[in-house]
Amino acid sequence: MSGSRQVEFTVGTPALDEQGQPFVAPLGVELRDTGEFEMTGHFDEMFGGEPMLINIGPQHPATHGVLRLVVELEGETVRRCIPHIGYLHSGFEKLGEYRQYNQIIPLTDRTDYLAPMANNVCLALAVEKLMGLEITERCQVLRVVACEMSRIISHLVWLGTTGIDLGAYTPFLWAFQERERAYNLQEAWTGARLTTSVTRVGGMMADVPEGWEDALGRYCSAFPSTLDEVDSMFTRNSIWCGRTQGVGAMSAGEAINWSLSGPMLRASGVDYDVRKDRPYLDYDTYDFDVPVGEHGDIYDRYLVRMEEMRQSVRILNQAIVRLKRLRGAPINVSDPRVILPPKSRAMSDMEAMIFHFKQVMEGVKPPAGEAYLGIENPKGELGYYFVSDGTAKPVRWRIRPPSFLNLAALPRLCEGALLSDVIAINASVDIVMGEIDR
Amino acid sequence: MSAAAVLPSPSAQALRDAFGAGIERVTVSCGDTIVYVSRERIHDVLAWLKETPEQDFNYLTDLTAVDYRDTERPLEVVWQLRSLTRKADLRLKVTLDKRASLELPTCWDLWRGADWLEREVFDLFGVTFTGHPDLRRILMWETYQEGFPLRKDFPLRGHFSRAEQTRQALAVNPEAHYSLEELSIADAHRNLPQDMRERLRRGERGGPE
Repeated sequence: MSGSRQVEFTVGTPALDEQGQPFVAPLGVELRDTGEFEMTGHFDEMFGGEPMLINIGPQHPATHGVLRLVVELEGETVRRCIPHIGYLHSGFEKLGEYRQYNQIIPLTDRTDYLAPMANNVCLALAVEKLMGLEITERCQVLRVVACEMSRIISHLVWLGTTGIDLGAYTPFLWAFQERERAYNLQEAWTGARLTTSVTRVGGMMADVPEGWEDALGRYCSAFPSTLDEVDSMFTRNSIWCGRTQGVGAMSAGEAINWSLSGPMLRASGVDYDVRKDRPYLDYDTYDFDVPVGEHGDIYDRYLVRMEEMRQSVRILNQAIVRLKRLRGAPINVSDPRVILPPKSRAMSDMEAMIFHFKQVMEGVKPPAGEAYLGIENPKGELGYYFVSDGTAKPVRWRIRPPSFLNLAALPRLCEGALLSDVIAINASVDIVMGEIDR
Repeated sequence: MSAAAVLPSPSAQALRDAFGAGIERVTVSCGDTIVYVSRERIHDVLAWLKETPEQDFNYLTDLTAVDYRDTERPLEVVWQLRSLTRKADLRLKVTLDKRASLELPTCWDLWRGADWLEREVFDLFGVTFTGHPDLRRILMWETYQEGFPLRKDFPLRGHFSRAEQTRQALAVNPEAHYSLEELSIADAHRNLPQDMRERLRRGERGGPE
């Protein structure tokens, strides 16, 4: 190589002079007197003293939907975080007042769309509580399977997206692969991957097909090995620990005061699980543990959710045995005012046809009254509160959305955290905007 | 349903003993106890239920409101309380005459979880919670003018026609993203264009003139 060369040039841009002739106008910065920028004060006062306004979302992948955060920063530290929600508001509660009870089930699919089967179960249980209906044994087992599959699916999405938010791409692919396998099972059962609408008041839309229990058994034996792989990637990973331990922590007393529920509450050390403490379906006959954290930070929420998936597998394995034992047992209550008669009877029997007609035209009619029923959804306690005036459409259908209440604590969790922690904390809350905005 | 299921929760009798006429009536529906409280005493009752060790209702499960189809029937505001330690539930209600002012004291000072729940009831039913630190609309946008969507006098498709709703949506000022409170952070307000600052000074907040 020959010696280096020096080239002098002026940075310019084409322009017109005063006579209208083109010329190259030089570009540059005028040298300013630097006297006023002398660093006499403290560094923070010079550069960090002035608060700054940052807008995150609503269209930003790290906000997990259409959440918008306005963050007031001092340097890189969050002084205040103001969430804005409502971008996905669909008026589900209002719509429900214009629908028969069974017609509301498709709406529940679309609230927490990561756990549609669990929402379906909650609706059916709430209406059954309103009517005082006792469902069949096989129906209870099927609903437990639906709830626990939803928990696995929802936690897998949480695991994958949180990993991405913190810079880990590979576990996302593993988690979503397992989720797809679970969706295949859902599809074989209900015909839909996402909008399942699997329950009906008093029973189920469909029984599982022949051989489905074995497919679920194979899933339950293969799935934990993926969890082990994710576990080996995250649990003792120094980057993961550094980004999550001690970040976004909340004490047990505070978590209760903020009405947190689900893994958020249990990570803070509160041993409360609706499945154990207010048993619904036949959860009290299953053998499973409820993981509880102690620090209430993101890392503990991660550990709690990982363990919950393993416990769900345990419950599913017990449910498979019961499903096989109850093969052929009825899934619907034998009450023609609630459940449609078989098509063959509706076409041949006068009475059955009348029931069919009244069911389709009028719908299920609970007595006047009101009922609140909460179940342990993947994200926390999902509660449906129905007020009935004795007609076929509810006066009020209230959704107690777990991630709405968990997200409400976000400003408190973010106080004093770094901007990059806001993303991690928001991911750890496990929000789903369909449910928050409803 | 068994006889035990229809008996009201023992907390209802304890409330009657402690508050007398402040407790209007007690009913049971589907096994859940519902206590109707006068609006004057509701904050005292909630605080008593939370602080008394024998009650220990430390968890606010839900806070919502019910508007009945019968236009004469008052609006009901509903608190679902739970004691995580005793594993007990209680539902409290206050009835509000829709023709009078819809005002209640906040319970934000007892449970921080009431923050967004009260904002939602304010947003969708128009009930004002006095003492709430930040009572703004939450699901609907701040300049929403059609009223309170979950009230029964609110039609399913809204008060305004589709054309009017479209006109308003198109008339929204796309620059008015931030609330005035947020604009006070840093120099966001000073950095806005002159005409925008002028419009904000006149009180324009996006939406129609």
